[in-house]
Amino acid sequence: MLSNVVASQIQSHKRFGGVVPEIASRHHTENITLIMEQAMAEAEVTFSDLDGLAVTEGPGLVGALLIGVNAAKAAAFAHQLPLYPVHHIAGHIQAARLEREWKYPALALVVSGGHTELVLLHGEGEYEVIGRTRDDAAGEAYDKVARTLGLPYPGGPQVDKLAEEGTEDIALPIAWLEEDSYDFSFSGLKSAVMNTLHNAKQRGEQIEPANVAASFQASVIEVLVEKTKRAAENYQVRQVVLAGGVAANQGLRRAMEKAFTASDVELTIPPFTYCTDNAAMIGAAGHVQWLKGNTAGWELNGVPGLALY
Amino acid sequence: MKILAIDTSTHVMGIALSQGDKLLAEYTTNFKKNHSLRLMPAIHQIMEEVGVSPAELDAVAVAKGPGSYTGVRIGVTTAKTMAWSLGIPVYGISSLQLQARNGKHFPGWICPFSDARRGQIYTGLYRFRDSLLREEEKDRIVLLEDWLSVLKEKNEPVLFLSQDWKKHELGIKGVLKEQAVFADFPDMQPRPGELLVLAGQMPAQEAHTLAPEYTQMAEAEKKWYAAKEGRAHE
Repeated sequence: MLSNVVASQIQSHKRFGGVVPEIASRHHTENITLIMEQAMAEAEVTFSDLDGLAVTEGPGLVGALLIGVNAAKAAAFAHQLPLYPVHHIAGHIQAARLEREWKYPALALVVSGGHTELVLLHGEGEYEVIGRTRDDAAGEAYDKVARTLGLPYPGGPQVDKLAEEGTEDIALPIAWLEEDSYDFSFSGLKSAVMNTLHNAKQRGEQIEPANVAASFQASVIEVLVEKTKRAAENYQVRQVVLAGGVAANQGLRRAMEKAFTASDVELTIPPFTYCTDNAAMIGAAGHVQWLKGNTAGWELNGVPGLALY
Repeated sequence: MKILAIDTSTHVMGIALSQGDKLLAEYTTNFKKNHSLRLMPAIHQIMEEVGVSPAELDAVAVAKGPGSYTGVRIGVTTAKTMAWSLGIPVYGISSLQLQARNGKHFPGWICPFSDARRGQIYTGLYRFRDSLLREEEKDRIVLLEDWLSVLKEKNEPVLFLSQDWKKHELGIKGVLKEQAVFADFPDMQPRPGELLVLAGQMPAQEAHTLAPEYTQMAEAEKKWYAAKEGRAHE
């Protein structure tokens, strides 16, 4: 990896308590060429050194995707370079290849603000989604619980931090769903947290926020780790990868490490900077597209609800 | 001097290419279909047909709004990224000024506008003086009703240029009577070739500095500032 430049908009969106799509698109339009320039300067490359451009085709916010796609098309066209379309989740998963080589079959647990998925990798860039959330993404539940606890945006890391100081003394439900299912559901858990806080308030009782955070976090982690472990055994995988923004969660990292230390399965957790949204991971997935010769035409468009490829 | 011009600020998608004062190509469509999908294939086709490679370009001109937020961003992002990556400058031109160019033989005021919903329009007031198009009243978002009283006081004919003219024709004629003039239908939509004329009359800018002209804050920002002001008054 020669360079990995990220222009975070968190500071700007903080005041709204969440990402505002129109604001995100405006910032992207202003920053896109500056960030491309910085990435190329840090890598000490010029356009004549490049063999292609990789860009996120989807899924995501359509207005934001459009900026990346059109910028990539413009630069690729200007320099007559091939264009490699990348699925955002494939990017999160392929961040692992920046750490070490894949051992197939492999399993990836992708957890972020918008996604909670178990993905089986049969070979190079061959994905099969075996489980996904049926309602909220894990990261989404984290953000909502954080807001209920009055923690600042973005809430995920705040809940993780607070959980360290608390004890898991509140009984919260875990949605295991059907016995053989690898799907997830977090809306019941989220509601249970809100109800617990609401009822305590009605009764005039004090609940330690750290204990709420710890109990919530324990429930999320338990179901994530258990289903990953079961899938890893059933599919006889050789490697497990933890990916996505929530992979930065300390509690989840520890639980995954504990679950797989005694097994033959190799656990890979990319470093923090490759877990949260970044372009290095898109480059890594773009490399796979290059290996497979999967280029896009000039009609490439942003696709908000794109299926994994 | 070869310049590529792009306009995607409304449903019209326009691309033009010039060499000196010769218009090599001009392509326009006017229907509701995705600019993001169609813009680059169209640029590719036009440049290939006239045999100009991207590396030969000396500048890129683009309509920077006001108009459809998404449309403007597609044009601006494409233009600034092409320009930056080729190390050439960019001309960011008002989408209203571009529209106003279609009134080039009209002796009075020229009012380009587009509908901005809730009784509002994006507009400005232009006039040709010594064959140069001058902005006489700055581009803005304004209630049509308020704008018409501004125009009424001008006491001279006003040429309206807009793809949304039918929607507001009666309202405009009701206030301005004979003062209101409406253009022929082909002039109601912007022509990308006019961007090349305007580019020749203004300084270019560095690609990084080009941003869309929205003329208004995003809805979330407006609410945020309003809430902040409310708190300050408490």
